[in-house]
Amino acid sequence: MTDLAWINAALTAARPQAIGALLRYFRDLDTAEEAFQEACLRALTAWPKNGPPRDPAAWLILVGRNAALDGVRRRGRHEALPPEDVLSDLDDAEAPLAERLDGSHYRDDVLRLLFICCHPELPATQQIALALRIVSGLSVKQIARAFLVGEAAMEQRITRAKARIAEAGTPFETPGAAERPERLAVVAAMIYLAFNEGYSAGDGSTRASLCDEAIRLARLLLRLFQTDPEIMGLTALMLLQHARRAARYDAAGGIILLEDQDRGLWDGKLIAEGLALVDKAMRHRRPGPYQIQAAIAASHARAARPQDTDWAQVDALYAALERLQPSPVVTLNRAVATCKVQGPAAALEMIEPLAARLSGYFHFFGVRAAFLLQLGRKEEARVAFDQAIALANTPAEAAHIRLHLDRIERDSAPAPG
Amino acid sequence: MLYAILCYNDEDTVWSWSKEEDAAVMARLGVVQDRLTRAGKLGPSLRLLPTTAATTLRKTQEPPLVIDGPFAETKEQLLGFYLIDVADLDEALDVARELGAANPGGSYELRPVARFNPDRRSAADA
Repeated sequence: MTDLAWINAALTAARPQAIGALLRYFRDLDTAEEAFQEACLRALTAWPKNGPPRDPAAWLILVGRNAALDGVRRRGRHEALPPEDVLSDLDDAEAPLAERLDGSHYRDDVLRLLFICCHPELPATQQIALALRIVSGLSVKQIARAFLVGEAAMEQRITRAKARIAEAGTPFETPGAAERPERLAVVAAMIYLAFNEGYSAGDGSTRASLCDEAIRLARLLLRLFQTDPEIMGLTALMLLQHARRAARYDAAGGIILLEDQDRGLWDGKLIAEGLALVDKAMRHRRPGPYQIQAAIAASHARAARPQDTDWAQVDALYAALERLQPSPVVTLNRAVATCKVQGPAAALEMIEPLAARLSGYFHFFGVRAAFLLQLGRKEEARVAFDQAIALANTPAEAAHIRLHLDRIERDSAPAPG
Repeated sequence: MLYAILCYNDEDTVWSWSKEEDAAVMARLGVVQDRLTRAGKLGPSLRLLPTTAATTLRKTQEPPLVIDGPFAETKEQLLGFYLIDVADLDEALDVARELGAANPGGSYELRPVARFNPDRRSAADA
């Protein structure tokens, strides 16, 4: 890696903390972003010359703040501040600032920055786009590619989202004991949505990079809230799901179900990190939806072969999730585990009451058809598979269902000769 | 003489490397490691997962306290280590410099090893 690549990585890593602190100082998102941008430009000239500072974030905050104030003063014909190459040599100038930044300030700065992106008036996709732009520092072009829209359209969306936030007013006060977990939950939901945008797109597509970015943000959040079991759960959930990325699609882009995946292709490093986080979270004995979903993903990750899966445990975990966060989709997922433990009749009975609420949901008909097929009710299975195809979200989903239909046709055809 | 080379770096920066950058660093480190292996100087080495996955057992009270996260909050974190067998500190520093040239940022702490117990798991299994 060149020095420049290292500097870029350091700037990316310092970005949330630096912009968060500048936002606290200037109370204006655009000013904070511009100040950070200016500091980055100066870093690109100062750091290769003087070597990287000991605390990149503190350097960027100090230089960014001075640059913005300098601009204000120049406009107001006041005296300019000393140039940054003088400042950058003063290690002691950084130290007290870094000191003040440590601890709760820093935590709340980053949380505030993420929370502002999650303004409830913004639709979820705009929240994600804004977070990727402001917190992650992705270019508008990168974000546009991830959302499969044009660059101009994305630029406009982000500008509009920012304007809306400016109108709505920004929550600058330090969050109280009650607000902090609320903010954290909103931010966690946004990060998981970003992850799912990438996850549903499949490996190799530019959207898949959203998964990496969501995991990076979750690790960042976890660094700040080390003892929060739900943030551990969220991070673990994404790590364990992302670990399967290389095994989820075949060469033609077709979906490979969990049971049929080559588990040798699963990423052992991500699984190790995910399992460690699940273990850590469980010690707190404060279960939450992310933790339970992570525990389900962990059950699959621990099974060397599909037949080693502890389906009774998966079933029990889904039952716990149903109690905590009742939803027809959770029940549908639980039914798959119930089918393994109690058989297809019990599973079918479990999902029949969901028909009205899931009448537009692809997976409902796919799962229902699979249960019917296992019960030997081929004609009904065929109808359900057809309904699934009509609701498929991607060509890969439709192709996967067609495989089942072909199999029914083959099995029902009269034996040749 | 056995030295442990303890690798410290800012993990936020290291985990912000792109996959390509990470792979390039690992490839360059691999070249150095191969040379050390051929010279019979490289012992076990490992890379650690992020400190967010760490748990600390603090023995400041009884029973000891289990804490989420690393032992100490520092600007740079322990990310891995090498064990090397070298003649003296000068040679250990040469190795560290070579590894350092392949790996941007951070610091290496060179610590002489007092006692080394090799991995005995496979022996116990047999």
